[in-house]
Amino acid sequence: MEPALKLVHYSVAQPAPDASSDAPPAKPMPAPPDRSKLARWVALNRGRLRALLVGALSLTLFLLAWHLLTVNRVSLHVRFVNVPSPALVLASLTKVGQDAKFLSHVYLSCRRIFIGFALAAVVAVPLGLIMGRFRLVREIVFPVSEVLRPIPAIAWVPMSIMLWPTNEESIIFITFLGSFFPILLNTLHGMSMVDPVLVRAAQCLGAREAAIFREVYFPSSLPHIFTGLTVGMGVAWVSLIAAEMISGQYGIGYFTWEAYSLVQYPDIALGMICIGVLGLGSSAAIRGLGRMVMPWGRK
Amino acid sequence: MTTATAARASQGFVEVKDFALSYDTLDGAVEAVTGVSIRVDPGEFVSIIGPSGCGKSTLLNAVAGFLKPTRGTVTVDGEPVEGPSADRGMVFQQYSLFPWKTVRGNVEFGLKMKGKDRSSREPAARTLLGLAGLLPFENHYPERLSGGMKQRVGIVRALATGPKVLLLDEPFGALDAQTRVIMQQILTNMWQRLKISVLFVTHDIDEAIFLSDRVYCMTARPGTIKAEIMVPLERPREQAMMMSTEFLALRRGLMSLIREESLKAMGGEIGDGALEGLSIDLHGQTLADVI
Repeated sequence: MEPALKLVHYSVAQPAPDASSDAPPAKPMPAPPDRSKLARWVALNRGRLRALLVGALSLTLFLLAWHLLTVNRVSLHVRFVNVPSPALVLASLTKVGQDAKFLSHVYLSCRRIFIGFALAAVVAVPLGLIMGRFRLVREIVFPVSEVLRPIPAIAWVPMSIMLWPTNEESIIFITFLGSFFPILLNTLHGMSMVDPVLVRAAQCLGAREAAIFREVYFPSSLPHIFTGLTVGMGVAWVSLIAAEMISGQYGIGYFTWEAYSLVQYPDIALGMICIGVLGLGSSAAIRGLGRMVMPWGRK
Repeated sequence: MTTATAARASQGFVEVKDFALSYDTLDGAVEAVTGVSIRVDPGEFVSIIGPSGCGKSTLLNAVAGFLKPTRGTVTVDGEPVEGPSADRGMVFQQYSLFPWKTVRGNVEFGLKMKGKDRSSREPAARTLLGLAGLLPFENHYPERLSGGMKQRVGIVRALATGPKVLLLDEPFGALDAQTRVIMQQILTNMWQRLKISVLFVTHDIDEAIFLSDRVYCMTARPGTIKAEIMVPLERPREQAMMMSTEFLALRRGLMSLIREESLKAMGGEIGDGALEGLSIDLHGQTLADVI
């Protein structure tokens, strides 16, 4: 009697992994009822563990391919002759890791991203919200934004140098421009997607214009605003690195370009990897912020 | 007005007089609803029933204040309706809960709009949620609730501000049959407790009879009132009443009225002669008297 009861309890407690796993449904039945917590955790998170494992494997293979191509100096039209090997890049990392100059490059790039992106968010989000709510504002601003939007931020470099008194300001301006339009457009899109029934529901509960804006339009647009922020952050990095390579004196983009000029080939790859990691980190930070601000969303 | 309804609360008297609403199109104005006069006495439960597209939701939206009548007047307690307000609570078919607010946050919304501070909102919301059996879910987000629970929250939210009238637009249309019956029971219970006027739009005949004191039956486009039917079933109503001969007689009568209108709404060209025998003006009488 007792083992039978335990089995029933087991199957009730864990229907999900049985249904979704590729193991035949009969298989978990004979499993001993006193499985450890660790085993249960593994069974519940099988999908995620699998993705993690495959991901690690794929990265290892990538590193291995890089290593083999560079160590053997492969040259099949594409030339890996001068490309640094992973070991060389690692050595370069340990060298510059103690170098304050490299860290200041990284710091300056992050600072420029932060200021440019924050300014873009602070201007584009409210502008998008107001454009979404008031037709006249939208009709006035939209044509100008549509004309300026297709111009890549990088094409703004000469103009920006003319406009701003310091190099630093012009680079921040480029970063700002890069992230501005994705944020604006997504905010606007979010405003257009607001469910009119929710607005009606709010009106029936006594909400006036300002309250509807604050309590319905804004939270309803938040998921789209965060999409815009994530995309904007990506474009901000693209624009920043381009601007730094062309007109900068500092920054990780400048570091990468300078490495090429100075024939410091391992530093090129180091700069690139560093940019990748910083971009990944800033996107993750925005996603994390989004989850914090929107606890009602799925997961 | 019967003596029973007169004894109830003195507010929540809805009156729609000679109401018409038309839309402008390239081919000229198209009448959606025309010449409609209805009323809901204080504390009365009134349903509007009709085929899809007959303008019953249009009428309800005009009472809510979302639509301006092209002709005629809409008044609540003698005051003309100028726009939506918390005086007229509304429950929508699509639930329309704020996904970014918890169950309690949704219920508190109307009180917040009234300027009530947090400390007074919370107990009020909790009391109402308790009545609807939703207290264990007060901190859940709507996404995690079932359809029936969402709609219970929708009703509680609309009642929280203490409206004079509750307007419901096919609120149980998206629910499964079993849940719907339970929801009807919950709604009647709350209505009897709160003595509030209710205007209820549905296309479900059983639902209209089971819930209402009076049922207006609407014709297809342009929408007009075809019949007004008193429902003399005693209260409180039990589910078993749906099998009574009285209920079934009402049902049969309404069914024939609706079927004919549905056919018209579907575009079936039926000769006027064939319809003559059916288009009886039942104003003021109970259908049971006629049958």
